[in-house]
Amino acid sequence: MKEISYYPGCSLHGTAREYDDSIRGVSSLLDIQLHELEDWTCCGASSAHCTNEELAIDLAARNLAIAEKSDRELLVPCVACYSRFKTAENELKEHSKKSRFSYQGKVSIRYALDFFCSEPILEEVKKKRTKPLAGLKVVCYYGCLTVRPPKLTGIHEYENPQHMDHLMECMGVEPFQWSYKTDCCGASLVMTRTDIVRKLGQRLLSMAKEAEADCLVTGCPMCQANLDTRQEELEKESGEKYDLPILYFTELMGLALGHKDVKKWLGRHITDPIKVLSAKGLI
Amino acid sequence: MDPSQKEKSFLSEVLQAGGETIQACYQCQKCSAGCPVAFAMDILPNQILRHIQFDHRERVLSSKTIWICASCYSCSVRCPNNIDIAKIMGTLRTLSIHSGFKLGEKDIPIFHSVFLDAIKSKGRIHELSLILQLKSKTRDFFKDAALGLKMYRKGMIKLFPSKFAGGREIKEIFNAYEKGERR
Repeated sequence: MKEISYYPGCSLHGTAREYDDSIRGVSSLLDIQLHELEDWTCCGASSAHCTNEELAIDLAARNLAIAEKSDRELLVPCVACYSRFKTAENELKEHSKKSRFSYQGKVSIRYALDFFCSEPILEEVKKKRTKPLAGLKVVCYYGCLTVRPPKLTGIHEYENPQHMDHLMECMGVEPFQWSYKTDCCGASLVMTRTDIVRKLGQRLLSMAKEAEADCLVTGCPMCQANLDTRQEELEKESGEKYDLPILYFTELMGLALGHKDVKKWLGRHITDPIKVLSAKGLI
Repeated sequence: MDPSQKEKSFLSEVLQAGGETIQACYQCQKCSAGCPVAFAMDILPNQILRHIQFDHRERVLSSKTIWICASCYSCSVRCPNNIDIAKIMGTLRTLSIHSGFKLGEKDIPIFHSVFLDAIKSKGRIHELSLILQLKSKTRDFFKDAALGLKMYRKGMIKLFPSKFAGGREIKEIFNAYEKGERR
């Protein structure tokens, strides 16, 4: 059994609960034991780094210092948290910035998508999958901070990443290549300049439909919420029909590995994924 | 201070705060061509760099652009001169808050300040409290009310914040910064 520390972050205790549940569910099927960081606090995203860089480093470093008490790697499912942690790590290690918290820089910070797309996990998935998800066509949507900036993420193919696509193939899913893999969804602008997020969302949904995808797969709580929750109002604005389920990659992993709670996770989405999955005989 | 001198120091101020090589920009406009939110900006990213080179402090710090930037880093990874433009936008936001100029966007800076208050008071973000607080500050009570209800019915909204001990430590960090204590 592999053991790993786990920093869920604020969203996964709220609107992205199904991401949290599906990560926990999939991990248990893959013999990975998650140790939630004791007494974790907010990483500072979306706002600390906009106003005070030192504060932003401290908010991240507090959690990294807690993680450093063990030798385990740290699994981070929210890409905004991941980016804050990697930025703080970089500032402390490469630019000799200081923090209130004593952090030696020893923790290996793993973004959940990168972790679950690593070779040993892919092998496990191939071995343990109960059914291939044949006939399901998806577009993989990586978004921004998953891949950028590459000096923090270590992703070399940042204009056309492939790792989520490989994971999909391991589960029998057919991933379409499309040009919007790493385009921005507008992230936290949804709270204040919803008009901008609507325009970006409309373009992404249209392009995913044009690629004839059955659903769009992501590993970011902001992207998921921005694209899932507003389809009805976007349809009214554009006159196009989307009805495109926005899934976490871990939900599809749960489906492929035969987890019993998949329906419960999927039931929390605004744009219903169960309809298309049952039409394909997958659920 | 002589106003022309004050104007002149803006480029060096940005360089000092952000540590970037703004002078290397030769206006190829690749940043603006690939920027997904350029349509909502009042000054394009390449123009921002030019204004900084010319020390146009107020023009830059009171622009909408620095707040509209979604920090997606498309510009930064594509710049042929390796200028980290997204990082510079962050530096400009910080400078703008302390500049005393009228901010180019109204609600986005309010959002950030409400967000930080929420971290300070609870240590973690409780989304519902954050949204209610934001609504009370922007006076926009009905926006997305129907969507909120739909999300509540789906079990996406957590009504009460979780209880944990780390909150006090976070409050201490914030208090120290507010008192101007440095590390």
